Amino acid sequence: MEKIMNNDLVLEPSSPLKKLKSLLKQCYAFFYGNPPAIIGGLLLSIVLAGALFAPALATHNPEKRVARPHVAPNAEHIMGSTRSGRDVYSQVLHGGRKSLSVAISAGVIAMTLAVLVGVSSGYFGGKIDERLNFLTNVFLVFPQLPLLIVLAAFLGQVGSLVITILLGVTSWPWGARVIRAQTMAIRSKEFIISAEVMGESKWRIILVEILPNLVSIVFGGFLGAVLYAMGAEAGLGILGLGDATEVSWGSMLYWAQTSSALYTGAWWEMMVPAIALAITGGALALINMSIDQVSNPKLRTGPHMKLWRQLKKQADIRRGLR
Amino acid sequence: MLAERDVILSVDNLVKDFPVGQSAKQLMRAVNDVSFELRKGEALAIVGESGSGKSTGARILTRIFDHTAGEITFKGQPLKQYIEQHGELEYARQVQMIFQDPFGSLNPVHTIYHHIARPLLIHKRADKNTVPKLVYELLELVGLSPVKETAEKYPHELSGGQRQRVAIARAIAVDPEVILADEPISMLDVSVRLGILNLMSDLKDKHGISFMYITHDIATARYFAEKTAVMYVGHMVEWGESDSVTQNPLHPYSQLLLSAVPEVGKSGRRELAVKKGDIPLWKPDTEGCPFASRCPKASSQCAQSMPTTTQIADEHFVRCHHI
Amino acid sequence: MSNLLEINNLCVDYVSPNGVARAVNNVSLSIAPGETLGIAGESGCGKSTLAFAISRLHKAPALISEGEIIYNGQDVLKMNNKQLRDFRWNDVSVVFQSAMNSLNPVITIGEQLTDVIMAHKKVSQKQADERAIELLNIVGIHGDRLGSFPHQLSGGMRQRVVIAIALALEPKLIIMDEPTTALDVVVEREILNELYDLKTKFGFSILFISHDLSLMGEIADRIGVMYAGNLIELGEAKEVFGKPQHPYTKGLIASFPTIHGPKERLYGIPGNPVNLLEIPQGCNFQARCGRCQDSCHQFEPSLKLTQKGHQVSCHLVEEVAAC
Repeated sequence: MEKIMNNDLVLEPSSPLKKLKSLLKQCYAFFYGNPPAIIGGLLLSIVLAGALFAPALATHNPEKRVARPHVAPNAEHIMGSTRSGRDVYSQVLHGGRKSLSVAISAGVIAMTLAVLVGVSSGYFGGKIDERLNFLTNVFLVFPQLPLLIVLAAFLGQVGSLVITILLGVTSWPWGARVIRAQTMAIRSKEFIISAEVMGESKWRIILVEILPNLVSIVFGGFLGAVLYAMGAEAGLGILGLGDATEVSWGSMLYWAQTSSALYTGAWWEMMVPAIALAITGGALALINMSIDQVSNPKLRTGPHMKLWRQLKKQADIRRGLR
Repeated sequence: MLAERDVILSVDNLVKDFPVGQSAKQLMRAVNDVSFELRKGEALAIVGESGSGKSTGARILTRIFDHTAGEITFKGQPLKQYIEQHGELEYARQVQMIFQDPFGSLNPVHTIYHHIARPLLIHKRADKNTVPKLVYELLELVGLSPVKETAEKYPHELSGGQRQRVAIARAIAVDPEVILADEPISMLDVSVRLGILNLMSDLKDKHGISFMYITHDIATARYFAEKTAVMYVGHMVEWGESDSVTQNPLHPYSQLLLSAVPEVGKSGRRELAVKKGDIPLWKPDTEGCPFASRCPKASSQCAQSMPTTTQIADEHFVRCHHI
Repeated sequence: MSNLLEINNLCVDYVSPNGVARAVNNVSLSIAPGETLGIAGESGCGKSTLAFAISRLHKAPALISEGEIIYNGQDVLKMNNKQLRDFRWNDVSVVFQSAMNSLNPVITIGEQLTDVIMAHKKVSQKQADERAIELLNIVGIHGDRLGSFPHQLSGGMRQRVVIAIALALEPKLIIMDEPTTALDVVVEREILNELYDLKTKFGFSILFISHDLSLMGEIADRIGVMYAGNLIELGEAKEVFGKPQHPYTKGLIASFPTIHGPKERLYGIPGNPVNLLEIPQGCNFQARCGRCQDSCHQFEPSLKLTQKGHQVSCHLVEEVAAC
């Protein structure tokens, strides 16, 4: 207890160690009895690990010709080779790196814009809200994928950096809408009015009082944006609008498409990147779903429901209904 | 008879209009020609039903809203002048507010410690070394022991009554002159309400804090406050010493309120002295007495002109044509 | 005269991730035809849970684990779906606290009335409309409002519509869960007047749930007081108010300042409502009682007869042989 009176501690009496422990405890509570979170988390970890350690895990250089074309999966090339004789396994690892970094960066850009627009709109209201709302609606109205296709076609074959920026700049409106609504709801809560009456500065109110309450929807929105960006990048890639010389899941699909992989029986060239995309997308969706469960406990289907069913059965038997 | 204490905050002929309607061009008058005083160490209860404008007054005094017309005087100076001289922060420090909903008035992501430390730091009542001690003292003062344990908790770990005590601790942390309490106990459990009222009473008596107690419950108004004012559709219709107003109400609306309150043992149908009429939506150009549409004593005069103030006793005033 | 409804040893549990909480613990009571039984208590005491159990409105994770509810010789808890459907609304209907929560905002009130009527009786739309207008007139609403939407009506009118829906099939028992808490006192009085008239006219029983003791003292014939899931006192209204036996009842009655009585300092009940997941061994009220004996910490008290019809669950009270 002496720690609390220690002059080194500024605002919070709890030490950093205690905060870390409480954070870990929260993580554990999140996963416990939450199958979607566990499965999603596991799958996502595998994918991320693969992408992160691609150089170490890959068996060959993904861009070099290392085998005969369309070799079926075997001991040396566990996922076979492409039309150009490149190792599919190494490609999918390095491709994952590229695709995920594009998707995650696009997600970050999108959510940053969404937070800036949404919170300003929701908190300041009035003219600012009107104008930002108009901006949001304009962006929302544009059909995103066709817009991306037109832009990408206009700019010619673009590198992944441009794609990242394009995706980030076109997918923020969804999040902004939601964040604006949440901010407005929080803003009218009495603890915000109380902070204002107390004399807190507007910026502190936004950063310290409002934003922490938005963490779960911002994070959920981020995962959604990443999911969307991944799909969009793959979509652009398969249409040949990305940079086909870089290795990404989208470009892998493109080459598989142009070499008629499925038609010639080399299913591995198309299926591997497709399954990789599916697994990653599925993992993100599962985690998003489990965040919903945490913020709305009524959606939970935890172990206590099993206990309820047990007790109900016993009660019914006592009553002679079974 | 109470010896006259110093007036800390006074309001004269306060008016507040809000824009309503589709194009926000029409005006609705939420508060019309309201005057009252808050004296040091004294409580004024504002009693009214929903839509009476009682909460709007408090929000004007804490500058959440601007007022449309009228004078606000704080410590003898017009409010504008006071703020020019001493600053907005200083005024905010001296006039604090407690809200109705214990579940909404604390931020769920911050600990109790944070809630009480912030005001101390904003208003420079303490520096980072002395803050912990002050926080624990305040928690002790409002009856939330063990203080160190409570300080580390989050709002959802406390009960409604405990949260309201935290709100009070936060308000008195900066040593205010005035606390505006907007229905502070109506969302609490019955057995807990008196604890909060008694705490506020002690703060009033021992620390000389003035209270404005907004409520719909006349019984607690009488229990807690020395003076009571009754509001109807944005107008103050009767005010004065609590005992005088509650035991001898003269305005037909006050009489209606008091006769409608449930009483143990008084079973059976109770006819109310009220006509079937609409509650008016007050506009800046509306004329007459606000209660005219429902008043059993209403005459043609009542529909045409606003009643002036009649003094009944030393501390009892009514606005009615038929006194 | 046999009882309309008998509840014997009812237990309702809530299964939560943190454990099993017993919201209603071994409650037994009966309601006679035409009687108004009031259940008083604060949040978490189990009064609403008890009321919902009668109509079997509970869904997972709530569970009626023990006991029986006998209506007309039949155990409601053993009824099959068809019997339950007939029982609901024909015999027992429910009025909830907030009308805006029980009325569908996108359907007219006329439609909501006729829906109920036609769901239980084989009548034509025209006959149902006629009956709906009849019901609206009974609660004092003009038949013109058949086509209005809930948001077009005032709070008091909405609550009357809810009462009209409850009366649609002329039930013998109406359960009212805090029906007037969300209303202003004048509107509340009008609804009460309405209820008195309806009771005289139709003779139904009412199970009236509220935390407002003064209201209870006015409208109820008998009163039961609940705390932390237990029924701790039960008796005629005059007896329970005039001579409360249980320390909690005494404390609760002392938590209401009066308008006309002497002005003295009241204290309410110290402490906070008990957490149902952490009930102590022995009496649930021990932490807040202040007059505990050894037996209070060890054994749970049960309802004992003290005088004619007045039952109390407390170790401090002597049992009196029924006369």
